[in-house]
Amino acid sequence: MLDVLLIGLSLGSILLLVALGLAITYGTMGVINMAHGEMVMVGAYTTVMAGIWLHANLFLAIPLAFVVTALLGLLIERLVVRRLYGRLLDTLLATWGIGILIQQAVRLEFGLSFLGIHIEGLGAGLQNVAVPKILEGTISIGGDDINIFRTFIILVTIVLTAITWFLLYHTAIGMQVRAIIRNPRMAAACGIDVERVNALTFAFGSGLAGVAGVMMSGFKTVFPDMGTPMVVDGFMVVVVGGVGSLLGSILSAGMLGQIDGVVASITNDILARAVVFGVVILIIVLKPRGLFAFKGR
Amino acid sequence: MTVTRRQFVKTSALGTAGVLAMPYFFTRTAAAAGPIKVGVLFSLTGGLSIIEKSLHDATLMAISEINAKGGVKGTTIEAIVEDGASDPKTYNEKASKLVIQDRVPTVFGSYTSASRKAVLPVFEKRNNLYFYPTYYEGFECSKNVVYTGAVPNQQLSNFIPWIIKTLGKKKFFIVGSNYIYPREMAKVCKILIEKNGGEWIADEYLELGHSEWGAMVNKIKTSGCDVVLSNVVGDSVVAFYREFKNQGLTHDKLPICATVTSEIEIAAMGPEYAVGSYTSFPYFQAIDTDINKAFVERYRAFVKDPKAVTHHALESSYFQVFLWKQAVDKAAEITPAAIRDAVKGQEFDAPNGHVKIEPENLHAWLTPRIAEWQANGQGKIINAYPKPIMPLPYVAYGETEQNLFCTSKGLDTSKLKI
Repeated sequence: MLDVLLIGLSLGSILLLVALGLAITYGTMGVINMAHGEMVMVGAYTTVMAGIWLHANLFLAIPLAFVVTALLGLLIERLVVRRLYGRLLDTLLATWGIGILIQQAVRLEFGLSFLGIHIEGLGAGLQNVAVPKILEGTISIGGDDINIFRTFIILVTIVLTAITWFLLYHTAIGMQVRAIIRNPRMAAACGIDVERVNALTFAFGSGLAGVAGVMMSGFKTVFPDMGTPMVVDGFMVVVVGGVGSLLGSILSAGMLGQIDGVVASITNDILARAVVFGVVILIIVLKPRGLFAFKGR
Repeated sequence: MTVTRRQFVKTSALGTAGVLAMPYFFTRTAAAAGPIKVGVLFSLTGGLSIIEKSLHDATLMAISEINAKGGVKGTTIEAIVEDGASDPKTYNEKASKLVIQDRVPTVFGSYTSASRKAVLPVFEKRNNLYFYPTYYEGFECSKNVVYTGAVPNQQLSNFIPWIIKTLGKKKFFIVGSNYIYPREMAKVCKILIEKNGGEWIADEYLELGHSEWGAMVNKIKTSGCDVVLSNVVGDSVVAFYREFKNQGLTHDKLPICATVTSEIEIAAMGPEYAVGSYTSFPYFQAIDTDINKAFVERYRAFVKDPKAVTHHALESSYFQVFLWKQAVDKAAEITPAAIRDAVKGQEFDAPNGHVKIEPENLHAWLTPRIAEWQANGQGKIINAYPKPIMPLPYVAYGETEQNLFCTSKGLDTSKLKI
């Protein structure tokens, strides 16, 4: 039974890893960032490229991917998202378009493939990442085999969640972010530089997606379309948890992960997926604002 | 000169008729004098383009090689390339365009069964000809399709007995992606497992493209099986093999025996995850013959990638064009029906060995082979039939060489008990 619970925990941690960045950008800024999945993809490609060109392993790729995607996020916020605040549907369309642009840039190797130049690690094909030896295989605890890579993902998720929590609840900028989540106009009236805080938040959320990408690259195929299905799962977690609530996202990711894992173990994966979506629909019908939404938004 | 109304109507009617007739007249003469046009229809964009682009390249390479050696019937072949865009509906539209507008006598194309099923009505209704290069589930008997990939008996009839007798494994866990190909393959597997004294303890499916294998691999681990038979397709393959190793399973104790995992998937997952697992296909890049080595070299030069890998469906895409060429040379006229009649019984020395089109069901005779994957990403061929075996597309329903269900007269539905 322990191994089944561990699979559920691992599924939940993967969901949370992707949703964490979304929870922040969607919660604070009211931006539906459809390019979030592409940030995950960029993070995964950073790992591939770091392996090929810098001979850096997965551990080194984590800070690298964070920096690369955070800078990309900052760029997107400065160029596009900043001009669209308060226009929810427009941000959805614009970031979706940005997502397609990023996908095609990777697929066409930034346009160089038209000139017959091939960059190893990019392009339309499938890529893979070598996992460091110490993360391979299993360790035995109390008669159950524990999957090391999945345990590593769970640990990384816990660390990132803790960092995010610390930043939000124990720093000055975190207090400003929370003020913006509650009421952006009032926050601005109190002298908070909403634009600057938003830009930093967007960059941080994108950076988290980049780290999620590094983790994904260890056990999934890396290819230009890989992020698209993840953004759906990410939004599911955020909406169920309640927009803007970190605790809500953590609990909803854990819950959906366990439902998926347990149902899949008892019956099969196809049914498990259906049950998860059923639960999500039920929660949205009964609690339209999610499990842990703030009242004064 | 006065023009009467009656005269005016007469001349203008004649003129209109002439204008209408002209395009038809021009196309006919152009077709007779110029090169022979054929359709090449694979996905060059979308999710399937990763693999279908390689089939497209192999087809064009065969055409250019034939043209370089003098072409067919004294003229050259001209490929009209269309993009199926990984979408069955687009496949259908492009096939109609090739058949009706371009009036090609043959189209080469498709990787998935879904896209083949989508174009089938076009070729049957217009009595045109389609060359399909991919291994597939069988259960099809069209006189308008020439199938040059393996059918289930050519991948499994050697594989299952070999697993049971040589590897000594008897308890099968069958796993696949959830669509027609893996499900039909599983049917044939079960027949062969029972016939050879083994047993299957589970038959499980995952969505196509699913990449979360935690629960499934855990099930495999606790099921008590001693061999996994995988009909998993696409990028799910990569996640599956990775999760398998990450949960501490090894191929020397519990081998994955696969029907879809080719050189392409091995390269994508990283060969270290597949070392010691097995795949059954008629063709592997590692086939150690001069003709195959030269083929791999030519292919790499053609796509300008010194590391490109070749695989079964790619090789079929290549040799089927040569079978078509021989048929056209033999046929009295260049029509789909004449080419079809001429392709029956055509033989060719392909990179995988000798191939022949079975006159009864238009499928290819192929040589089943089993390979063990090595650390360099190549299969080491450890078992092969001495000669090609007959294709039996209805083997899951009891078809044998003595009792064919699909013959040149069509499908005998009275024999089909589902």
